Amino acid sequence: MASYSTNEFRGGLKLILDNDPCSIIENELVKPGKGQAFNRVKLRNLKTGRVLERTFKSGESVEAADVIDVDMEFSYNDGEFWYFMEPETFEQIAAPDSAMIDSGKWIKAQELCTVTLWNGAPLVVAAPNFVELAVTETDPGLKGDTAQGGTKPATLESGATVKVPLFIEEGELLKIDTRSGEYVSRVKN
Amino acid sequence: MLHRIRAFFAQQNVLEVETPIISKAAVTDPQLESFSTHYKNTEYFLNTSPEFHMKRLLAAGSGDIFQIAKVFRDDESGHYHNPEFTLLEWYRLGFNHHQLMDEIENLLHTLIPEKTRTFQRISYQKAFLSQLKIDPLNVTVNEIKHATKQHKIPVPQGMDNDKDIWLDWLMIEKIAPSFSKNNFTFLYDYPASQASLARLDSIDPRKANRFELFFGELELANGFYELTDAQEQRQRFENDNKIRVQRQQKTMPIDDDLLAALESGLPDCAGVALGIDRIMMLLVDARKINNVIGFGYEFFDE
Repeated sequence: MASYSTNEFRGGLKLILDNDPCSIIENELVKPGKGQAFNRVKLRNLKTGRVLERTFKSGESVEAADVIDVDMEFSYNDGEFWYFMEPETFEQIAAPDSAMIDSGKWIKAQELCTVTLWNGAPLVVAAPNFVELAVTETDPGLKGDTAQGGTKPATLESGATVKVPLFIEEGELLKIDTRSGEYVSRVKN
Repeated sequence: MLHRIRAFFAQQNVLEVETPIISKAAVTDPQLESFSTHYKNTEYFLNTSPEFHMKRLLAAGSGDIFQIAKVFRDDESGHYHNPEFTLLEWYRLGFNHHQLMDEIENLLHTLIPEKTRTFQRISYQKAFLSQLKIDPLNVTVNEIKHATKQHKIPVPQGMDNDKDIWLDWLMIEKIAPSFSKNNFTFLYDYPASQASLARLDSIDPRKANRFELFFGELELANGFYELTDAQEQRQRFENDNKIRVQRQQKTMPIDDDLLAALESGLPDCAGVALGIDRIMMLLVDARKINNVIGFGYEFFDE
């Protein structure tokens, strides 16, 4: 059985803890001066989405989770499942709502997402770090306002609401950072 | 910073020295991993600290010495660790560890005056008694396990029955966080099992005259009232290597030149190694060691 030693720990590494697959979010070395080192690790349980903290004596090994990341295109959402297609083999999978975590609100059809499969079943779907989405609804733009001004809410075509600068108009295409949920810039056509 | 350090020691008549970075012998401490390299098919190691060479100078009659040295520790990277970092190490003849702590206070007053409000001193034993009501010099592993339950302290994965590893864990989880924030704390007289290169206490040999300095819970320095007994030092090195075998770590070549120097006579002295990068972190309020090191090791970053 494959395993990882604590000195291989890094963000994104997938491990089995308490029989569930988990992904490392943050790994920090702690050491009391000259003494024994420990790794304080923050992980996300990929089944429940919950974040947990664990400490390991450095040098320990932990079972690796047999998960693979596959890039798949989003097709549609039927209210119960989110359907994705592998662009070359056309293989399709259906991911439950629980696997979407935050990703669902950032994606539109044909968006290429990273789908994490565990024993062939979709565990987590990650939206791209940056997406481009059109504004479907927002208050009218203020001419002459600069980037320094305030912000207002804008609804995007994927359904998400983000804070945008006052000069943004309906119909404009925006670049969004899905990790922070923040507006980055306008996209010039 | 480096200028101020040199000015401070010039005033105290402490001589600046330079010693090799690469050596044939290496530290045996099971908690320290040396980088290894080769020269003409022989394995050499990058020093984790300059102490072995500096003690050879002391034994040869150098008098008080200091060094600003690049040191290397494998498998150490994180917010407060970089595998390559800078130590200020110095030795004072005729000092015991408390006199050396006094001098560290004076040095820090000149290096980072805006940060040096108070310095506390607490013994390892007293710190454990006050925070956890256990005496680290007498406690058994079972009693420690019981105390962790009582105080609801989480237990790391992979703990066995090694008492020092349990004490290290309590140190991280309970003792260091109890130190006054934004102030300096000296923790002194560690258990004899963690003596490293310090001499055992002349009155109570269950403890060793070793200390560490913390700012809040961040460790900055480690010092010893130095062990001068060659025989005892050899036993400690050999014991380290036995522990290494048990833990399936590589055994390290013992520094016979250092032991010969101790044999010939190391003057009564105290020495300390202070992490310069961490002092720099305090000076500029940096959260990560990589913020104060040019070209720091690229460890995982959020």
